Amino acid sequence: MAQTTFEEISAADFFYRNRDIAGFTNPSRAIFAAIRELVENSLDAAESLRIPPEIYVRLSYEGEASPETQIYKLRVEDNGIGIQPRHIPSAFGQVLFGSKYKLKQQRGTFGLGGKMAILYGQITTHQPATISSSTGVAKIYEYKLMIDIQKNRPLIMDRKVLINKEQWRGTVVEFTLEGDYLRAMPKILDYFKQTAMVNPYANLTFVDPKGRLYKFTRVTKDMPVPPQETKPHPYGVDVELLQRLIQVTPYKTMQEFLKNHFHRVGEITAQKFLEFSSLNPSKNPKKLSHEEIVRLMHMLKKYKEFLPPDASCLSPLGEELLKAGILKELKPEFAVVHQRKPATYAGHPFIIEAGIAYGGEVPKRGTFMLYRFANRIPLLYDEASDISMRVITTMNWRRYRVTPDMPIAILVHICSTKVPYKTVGKEFIADRPEVRKEIANGLREVARQMGHFMSKREHVDREKKRLGIFNKYLPKIAQFSTKLAGKEKLPDVEKLLASVRKYGAEEA
Amino acid sequence: MEQKKHRSSILERRKEVLESLAGLGASIYDQLDTGRFPAIDMPSRSTENIAYDKQLRQFILGDRRVRRSSRNIRHVKPFTQLTWAAFFSNELSSQRKTSTLRDVYYSAQAYEMTFQDQQESNNIITDLETVLGLSREDFNIFPEERSAVFGDLTIEYTVPGYEGKTLNLDSHPDGVLIGPALTSSEFVKTTVDKVIAIEKGGLFTRFIEENVHRKYNAMLVLTAGQAPRATRHFIRRLNSELKLPVYIFTDGDPWGMHIAMVIISGSANAAHLRELTTPDAKWSGVWATDIVNYKLPTIPLDEMDMKRLNELQRDPRYVDPLWRREIKTFMKIRRKAEQEAFSRYGLTYIVDEYLPAKLEETK
Repeated sequence: MAQTTFEEISAADFFYRNRDIAGFTNPSRAIFAAIRELVENSLDAAESLRIPPEIYVRLSYEGEASPETQIYKLRVEDNGIGIQPRHIPSAFGQVLFGSKYKLKQQRGTFGLGGKMAILYGQITTHQPATISSSTGVAKIYEYKLMIDIQKNRPLIMDRKVLINKEQWRGTVVEFTLEGDYLRAMPKILDYFKQTAMVNPYANLTFVDPKGRLYKFTRVTKDMPVPPQETKPHPYGVDVELLQRLIQVTPYKTMQEFLKNHFHRVGEITAQKFLEFSSLNPSKNPKKLSHEEIVRLMHMLKKYKEFLPPDASCLSPLGEELLKAGILKELKPEFAVVHQRKPATYAGHPFIIEAGIAYGGEVPKRGTFMLYRFANRIPLLYDEASDISMRVITTMNWRRYRVTPDMPIAILVHICSTKVPYKTVGKEFIADRPEVRKEIANGLREVARQMGHFMSKREHVDREKKRLGIFNKYLPKIAQFSTKLAGKEKLPDVEKLLASVRKYGAEEA
Repeated sequence: MEQKKHRSSILERRKEVLESLAGLGASIYDQLDTGRFPAIDMPSRSTENIAYDKQLRQFILGDRRVRRSSRNIRHVKPFTQLTWAAFFSNELSSQRKTSTLRDVYYSAQAYEMTFQDQQESNNIITDLETVLGLSREDFNIFPEERSAVFGDLTIEYTVPGYEGKTLNLDSHPDGVLIGPALTSSEFVKTTVDKVIAIEKGGLFTRFIEENVHRKYNAMLVLTAGQAPRATRHFIRRLNSELKLPVYIFTDGDPWGMHIAMVIISGSANAAHLRELTTPDAKWSGVWATDIVNYKLPTIPLDEMDMKRLNELQRDPRYVDPLWRREIKTFMKIRRKAEQEAFSRYGLTYIVDEYLPAKLEETK
């Protein structure tokens, strides 16, 4: 069973005051963000056990809060790993207490998404949240919690232990919050559809306040290889991370510190680097001054001999699953996908996956539909600012026989230990040359294949049309000329039509 | 006065038309029947293949020919349309019915032959004219009629229901419409010795009121602006069959000048056709020099007029010294005058003074 470690890091107050950062900007955005954070936690919880996720989300109407906002109850159930009872209060009642502070590809990265949602629910409705969970043992633990915002502590209002007769495993989170579902609805539905697209092995069910059921059914039980935890790569560190490592390290020398806390750094590399940066190998890292730490960071970035990070910490979807997801949710006539080889930017490994879908139920919009994903979660806002959009607009699509008035959807998935978001809102990918290049190459590859498909189709269409024209007109020529010439018997045009068909076959 | 009868011309022409159409049908039929994709050759109507023939005094098509083959995917539809148009014309001619270009466009739909627009169907009719070397009036497709004729000429109808009936063209003081029935009639007898063609309806009526046809022993023809083909052909017949000299009176501007020129030398659009021109007809006025000599009230030439004059200056039809002189004069005085301008000297001045002078001058 996967090991989950917990550690306490920071306070709740900051996020209470800065809830915009986590996406809780307004009632419509808040309800979207709450659903999204909890669903993503649930997906992670199931994937960490490598079991196909089974997630049930219900949003029910509780009453009016103001003319524009309503109170809703949100319930999210999963079949994930479950939480050990002693961790439940902290996991949901203490901000920045998380299992997500190791480096591997993760959906959320703040470690506060779910808690932020509960915190938001609490400050808007003053109701406790109910969390039930079991790791599949004989008992189910149910907590009613509130968050003491100033102390960043969970307040346990009630605790129940239930008998787990059916050996259920998973977590249920239920709480009330203010929101504006009507305005959030399109984004929420988009979110589910796109999540289903990149998680084709998951069953997602959503019941909305009107009682409408949205069901996204899995088409496969195959799941991508889970990411492996990895240590930070020297090129990717900053002062904050160094300080945190120094705080927790049990190692007493720089040599040991470097060797044990960094990716791609062994005995010899550590030694060579320390020589390069003229640092004393036996110095105790805890004795480094602030200036020395800053210098260490610069030297780590300057040293050219570190091997690039490997990609075992990444978990791309894979071409087969990506295609399955596209076919399932977009139902196109034709789809093609491509996975790029791992690449790195600033010490962070990443992989680009690209896809393109044509026709079928893909709508004609006059512009390409773009679906963006980062670490298997959909990005739904600020599309125009995203690097993928820029790459798409600068590409010469005519070369691939593709024009924006065609029913075409484009998909770009980036997975990385550190997704290069441009803003704290985490809604779009920044323009990094390495990332741009990979996206461009990925899109070119799928566009090229699309071009082949289009030209083949065009040819078949043209041929069909050509035959149609002869079929339509030759008999008419026969008819009119017969009358004009004053003859009785129509000349036989079948042989001519057959010769056109044969000629057509040769052309193809 | 000698009685002229040209009964043969109309009947022969109709026979010729029906034979041509049947011949075209037979050619297409035989090609199909022997397992070939039918093709039709015709002179090219592209501008590079249009030249002005000084002998014939009209535009003609050159030697370049185009082949329209049903084997070619881009040709098969127009080829079918052409075959249909020939079939349709044959129906019209043999049933002795007439039709208009607009009619053709709609009639096609009854045969599931769609034309994209009127222009497309007009082009196909022009193709058929080119293939057969006949004009659409020959196969009974007429434009909207608007021009008229008046004067002492007896004609004999050949249209169904009127065969053998005769009419004197001076019998109605508004004139007689130059329509399908008149176009296909035979000339029986006349006493006139000249034809006067007039651009505008107002002046045509004035001439009738003032007895111009009697005073000057003339047939009066109203062209109503640019003369329709049927009218051009009719004027030609008056000239060639009855040996009547033709005098044309238009407004004194580049457009009027060109109305006269098209009656005389034809248009580039009709380069594939013959017998629409009257090379010996005369443009009698209103000239630019008349504007000066008669001190007519004038209007300044606008930009469009000047542009048109520049075009005419480069036109191969305008080589004659008279034409060149008039273009130059227009450009110099930068004024134009309408036929009605003579009214400043009284309503009858144009008939009593101007007309005889000009008829004499352009004799």
